[in-house]
Parts: sequence; structure tokens; C-alpha cells
Amino acid sequence: MAAAQAGDQRAYARLLTASVALIRSVARRQGVPVDTLDDVVQETLLTVHRVRHTFDPTRSYDAWLSAIAARRAIDVLRSHGRREHREVHDEWAFDTHPDRDDASVGAERAQEARRLRDAIRTLPPGQREAVEQLGLKEQSLAEAAQHTGRNTGALKVNLHRALKTLRDRLHGES
Amino acid sequence: MSEAAHHEALIDALGAELTPVRRLPPPWRRALGWLLVVVVTAAVLLVRHGATTMMHRWEVAPDLGVAAAGAVITAITAALTSFVLAVPGRTLKWAWLPVPSALVWIAASGMGCLRAHIPGMPVMNIHGADDCLIFIISFSVPLSALMIWLLRRACPLHPALTAIMVGLASAAASASLLEIFHNFDASASDLLMHLLAIAIVIGANSLMGGRLLSRAFVSAPRRG
Repeated sequence: MAAAQAGDQRAYARLLTASVALIRSVARRQGVPVDTLDDVVQETLLTVHRVRHTFDPTRSYDAWLSAIAARRAIDVLRSHGRREHREVHDEWAFDTHPDRDDASVGAERAQEARRLRDAIRTLPPGQREAVEQLGLKEQSLAEAAQHTGRNTGALKVNLHRALKTLRDRLHGES
Repeated sequence: MSEAAHHEALIDALGAELTPVRRLPPPWRRALGWLLVVVVTAAVLLVRHGATTMMHRWEVAPDLGVAAAGAVITAITAALTSFVLAVPGRTLKWAWLPVPSALVWIAASGMGCLRAHIPGMPVMNIHGADDCLIFIISFSVPLSALMIWLLRRACPLHPALTAIMVGLASAAASASLLEIFHNFDASASDLLMHLLAIAIVIGANSLMGGRLLSRAFVSAPRRG
């Protein structure tokens, strides 16, 4: 480690590789489950890298590393504990919390939108224009009047007629 | 070494960005630096206020001298413990080091209340005790801040315990400095205010200092 503190990359890589076994054994002693041992190793290696200047070469490297590994093992255990506490178990979640909208609802909504679009396409030109400008593009009456060259009264009448036609057509179909 | 093979990528990445680091000086040297600031402050106070009042109190009431010695030793040992605990791998038993002197300090101060009144010394009233509280706290804040700053490159694995030691060291040092111009006889209200001040300093440190120190551990600076 003294060589690593001086910047020797090869010595550092060798040291970290040799440290993995000790980190794992410390984590196991702390009660970390086997499937999360690698998390502790990763966290410990990152911490070792960050605080490598705190190592005193006159003292034991193993004691220094073990203390960091034990701390990181506790951190990992705590974070896993929190996550398990917060998240519900999958099977239980599927049984008791079904999606409010399942896949068929989405499909149905898409179908309805298509039917509406088809119905609008079949409207007489004046009525279609009124729906497109006022309903779909959300223009004001004045803007729509300017855009189409019709007066606002005619647009209003056309929109009302269009809505009535659509209502009849869609309800009549379903 | 198949276990290590999982982490080869990380080890390679860490190796690639390895830069030389400046080693942390040993804890005793860093504690000495902090104590030096306290000694300089004490020297300034002694020059301004003189030592006669302090000497008079100690002569007439040796238990106050014992209490002062306890406070000084507590400041030294707690400062050393703070810096030792901030290095990974040191045993937590270090936390016991300042306990005996702290007990002597508190016990001797308490004895002062039972002793007969020192002639020529005003007995503390609540107003005077307020001043003690303000003095101890206002000196402890910069002393604690200085020590937490000195600990910024360290790696306290037990931030709360380290912060408590920082608080104890600061409170003990402030109480020692207060001794220099403490123009009162020891009384129950005095002792109570001292204890309250120490409790506030230690409590605030363990809350705020602990958080600051743990942040230092999470993202200790990479540069040496």
C-alpha cells in the first residue's frame, strides 16, 4: 500500500486483487448474504481508493482494510434492509395490487380514438373543418374564422352539427 | 482467485486513475496542531488578564485546581482520541481515554460546591453563570469547527463517536480557558451552567459534526 500511495499502479492492482478475499470474509462475518458479497467488495474497493491516504504504513494493512470492509458491510446490509422494507414482495403485489388499467383498456382506448378519427373524416367538409379548427387545433372562433374565411356564426353552427353527427354515429355504432 | 476476477474491471479502472497521495500525518501530530491553537489562545488570555485571580482561587481551593487540571487533561486526551478514531483500523477502546480525566474534572468541580465559600470571591449568581455558558459555547464553536476542518481528510468510520470526542475536547478546552479569568467561587449554579454548556457542545457536535464527518467519509477528497 505504501507503494500504491506513491503512485505504483501495478502494486496497487496486485494489492486490491489480494484484498478481495479478506473483504469477502469480513463481510461474511458481518452476516452479509452470499449474493450481496460482491456489492460489499465493490463499495469497499471504492472507499479504499478514496481514503488510501489515511493508511499508515507503520500499522497493519489488514486491520485498516477490515475496518473499512466491516463498515461498508453494515452500510450494504442497512440499504438492503431499507429496500426490502419499502418494496413489497412480487407475488403478494401481483395478488393484491393488480394494475388499475390492464392491457385491454389501452387497446380499447386506441380503438375508440381510431373510430373517432374515421368518423370525423366522413363528416361533410364544412363540419369537418369546424371540428378540426375549433376542436382539434383548439383555435379561437376568431382565428378559425380568419383561417377558413367563414364567419364565426357559420363556424359555430357547423361545429354543433358536427358534434351531433359524431355523437349519433358513434353511439349508433356501439 | 476467481472471486477477484469479478472485480477485475473495477480494479483496473481504479489502478488506471491512481495518483500519488500525501499521507495523513499521525494523529498525535494533528492533535498537537489543534492544541497549539488552544495554547496560543490561553497565552493571549493570560497576558490580558494575568494569572493572579486564577492562582488565588487554586491556592485557597485546591479542588478547583484539580478540576482545572482535569479539564486540561480531558482536552488533550479527547483531542488525541478524535484524531485516532478518524483513522480506520484503530480500536474503539480509545474512546475510554478521556473518561477518567473527565470524571475528575466533573467530580472536582462538584466538590467545589460543597466547600466553604472562598473569602474575597463573589458567589456566582444566575446572571454570572449565563456568562460562563456563553463563554464556553462561543469558544467551543470555533474550536470544534477547527477540529472538524482538520479532520476533513480523515476517514472516521464512527462519525458520531468521533464528533462526541470533538465536542468533549472543545468543551474541556473552553472550560480550561475560562479558568484563566473566572472571577467567581464555585457554586451549584456555576457547575450546572458548565455542565449544561458541555452537554450543549457535545450534543450539537454529535448532531452536526457527525453529519459533517460522515459526509467526509462518503466523499473524502481524492487529492493528496
